[in-house]
Amino acid sequence: MAVTERDPHTGYLTTGHEWNGIKELNTPVPRAVYFFLIATALFSLVYWVLMPAWPLGVSYTKGLLGIDQRTTVDKALKRAALDRESWTKRIEAESYQAIQADPALMPIVRQTGRSLFGDNCAACHGLSAKGGKGFPNLTTASWLWGGDPETIAETIRVGINSSHPDTRVAQMLAFGCDQILPRADVENVVSYVQSLSDAAAAKQIPATKLEAGQKLFAANCASCHGDDGKGKAELGAPDLTDHNWIYGGDPQSIFTTVWRGRQGHMPTWENRLGSLERKILALYLVDLRSRNP
Amino acid sequence: MFGFHYRLERKAIGLVLAIIGVASIGGIVEIAPLFTIHQTVEQAPDMRVYTPLELAGRNIYIREGCYSCHSQMIRTLRDEVERYGPYSLAVESKYDHPMLWGSKRTGPDLARVGGKYSDEWHVAHLNNPRAVMPESIMPAYAWLSRTALRTDDLGAQLKAIRAVGVPYTDDMIANAPADAYGQAAPDSPDAEGVTKHYGAATNVRAFDGVPGSLTEMDALVAYLQILGRLTDAAHKPVAAVGR
Repeated sequence: MAVTERDPHTGYLTTGHEWNGIKELNTPVPRAVYFFLIATALFSLVYWVLMPAWPLGVSYTKGLLGIDQRTTVDKALKRAALDRESWTKRIEAESYQAIQADPALMPIVRQTGRSLFGDNCAACHGLSAKGGKGFPNLTTASWLWGGDPETIAETIRVGINSSHPDTRVAQMLAFGCDQILPRADVENVVSYVQSLSDAAAAKQIPATKLEAGQKLFAANCASCHGDDGKGKAELGAPDLTDHNWIYGGDPQSIFTTVWRGRQGHMPTWENRLGSLERKILALYLVDLRSRNP
Repeated sequence: MFGFHYRLERKAIGLVLAIIGVASIGGIVEIAPLFTIHQTVEQAPDMRVYTPLELAGRNIYIREGCYSCHSQMIRTLRDEVERYGPYSLAVESKYDHPMLWGSKRTGPDLARVGGKYSDEWHVAHLNNPRAVMPESIMPAYAWLSRTALRTDDLGAQLKAIRAVGVPYTDDMIANAPADAYGQAAPDSPDAEGVTKHYGAATNVRAFDGVPGSLTEMDALVAYLQILGRLTDAAHKPVAAVGR
């Protein structure tokens, strides 16, 4: 194709075609386009050699750098563990009491514990650990299964009514639904339970009701909640004399609890959190409680 | 180079063949990796299939568009492994048709959420996320508790998914509606069939807290509680692929 006609205005060659006196310029492709085309092609060639790239029937080209995302993340995790070793070893080895008394370790516990709590526990117990309806407040002295750090760590490990073989098990019976007590008796015992923590409400309730409720309480409830209603941590039975209610302390809520029963569920964290993480969380919660009078 | 192109442009058949040749490069690049798919997907002999109830929950998850805010894919990055647990393996999505890896995280990743929270929490959270997470921007899905689950088509769904390679047995397909009911009604006679067909480790309980009534909430919570728990493969040390 011999095209030699040059456009007099621009100096470029034309395509040689003419449409009603108009000729099309054959402007050359800018050099920069060739440059980047070749540069990217060369880059991909180098990349194919260095990185995992092409499938080869039953395998693939591994690349000279031998990069594998799984080994990369494993290394990153090991390096992170090494970085933290200076304090993780101490937290693992030392007793709860020793760590609590250590001004160097507690700031780390607070910082790490907060992010662990946020990632794992806050969904139910809230970021401030104050809980909500159905989910216990962890900032009070009132703990279902005991509030010392060792016990908290164990509760985190096995859970409550969980799928763990050693799980803590507790069930509040459905005294109404399962026809253990008639409705009038449930109402009496609800009044008595309310009077345990609410002195103002107790004055409004007729003494006969309270008396009947107290007798029913001693016969049906005291085995778990104690004769004084202060609960038994070894059974996971809550203290009924304080103001910490998981499901609400108004007469209607107490009635629902007694009538329909309760069985709270806390998952086991043994397969999700390591023993170090559980220890940090237990220390974090005890520390949170001590700073939250 | 342009001389060749000039000549090619003048030959219609030649140009068509050249276009087909160039365009198929893109196809080969996408298709060729599938030739070695058996090298890429790990072995997981303990992998179990979704129960009919979990599959119904999965369909609700898709229907409500949960995947547009929640991913189900923990990447091989340190921060993700430390927050969510072991990174996702290809085999964990083996029975997902379609897969729900997602690409956007307005909410957290859900690949390992199964068993992390209690059923009560899931129900409270789906009914009104603000009730348990004051800072949440997730919409409420309160109607799920009030809507009965459709079970008559579950057998057909299992059959359809079997056609693309999920090993459901004829027995599972025939009993799909009963198994869906039984999984959320632990005291019913149907509950036995669930563990018989899908293994003793299957969660059988009243997921929405109300035994006897099968709602969409039961199905969705059953699905959420199995996420990441169909196989333990991810919790074992994994050999790098292609060895």
